[in-house]
Amino acid sequence: MPRLSVYFTRMALANLAVAFSLGGLLLANKGVLISPYIWKLLPLHVEMTLAGGLVQLAVGVAFWILPRFSGAAPRGDERLSWAALVLLNAGIGAAVLAVLFTAPWLALAGRVMEAAGLAAFALGNWKRVKPMF
Amino acid sequence: MPKLTRWLVKASLIYLVLALCAGIGMAVPQAAFFAKNFPVYLHLLTFGWLTQLIFGVAWWMFPKYTQAQPRGPVRLGWAGFSLLNAGLALRAIFEPLNAEMPAALFGWMLVAAALLQWLAGLAFVVSLWPRTKEK
Repeated sequence: MPRLSVYFTRMALANLAVAFSLGGLLLANKGVLISPYIWKLLPLHVEMTLAGGLVQLAVGVAFWILPRFSGAAPRGDERLSWAALVLLNAGIGAAVLAVLFTAPWLALAGRVMEAAGLAAFALGNWKRVKPMF
Repeated sequence: MPKLTRWLVKASLIYLVLALCAGIGMAVPQAAFFAKNFPVYLHLLTFGWLTQLIFGVAWWMFPKYTQAQPRGPVRLGWAGFSLLNAGLALRAIFEPLNAEMPAALFGWMLVAAALLQWLAGLAFVVSLWPRTKEK
């Protein structure tokens, strides 16, 4: 597993650990009311499960297992994929802060960073989607 | 394909079918009970199908833990599988029931479901974490 996939995967697992904890809290609160404010955490649960966990895990594994090129740069220009790691996690962080501090402009910035990160990943790995032989 | 992966993947396929059946129930006009099933439908898909499929394949394909113990602590993986399926089954039964006719017993069953699912998630994360490493 290349180093970038390790980072993507560990960020995904960390996000999932938090998302599972939030999900458990939300469900328990549905069964026995702890606080009505806990419902405000639902967008965080969704964000950290989907973008933070599942998307990031898929991207990390894709970077690892997509067909490679022969030569000095088997995974193409890796700078775009590293940019994707930074932008995606900065975007998730911004989206989380936007919920915690009710800051719509931060949510917008987060979404833009997430989209830019995934576009960078797609661009950097586009040519790796090819026949093996 | 290791045994735990086979169980996770097969369970994920069962949940996919159950989720689609729940989706059919929700689409039935005038079926008020099923209309309250949306959170269960969503979690049958994302937790029952997607999460189990992903962790099943990851358990199989991720780099080896050690040569002697290639997949790390296997009991932890089985604990995750058992906890997830017990928790999700409890949720699928008691969340619609609690929405339809709230009762303390149903509420506490949801708390138990939450605890089981949370522990399942943590078991998967802890079992895969040391296997995310450079070769």
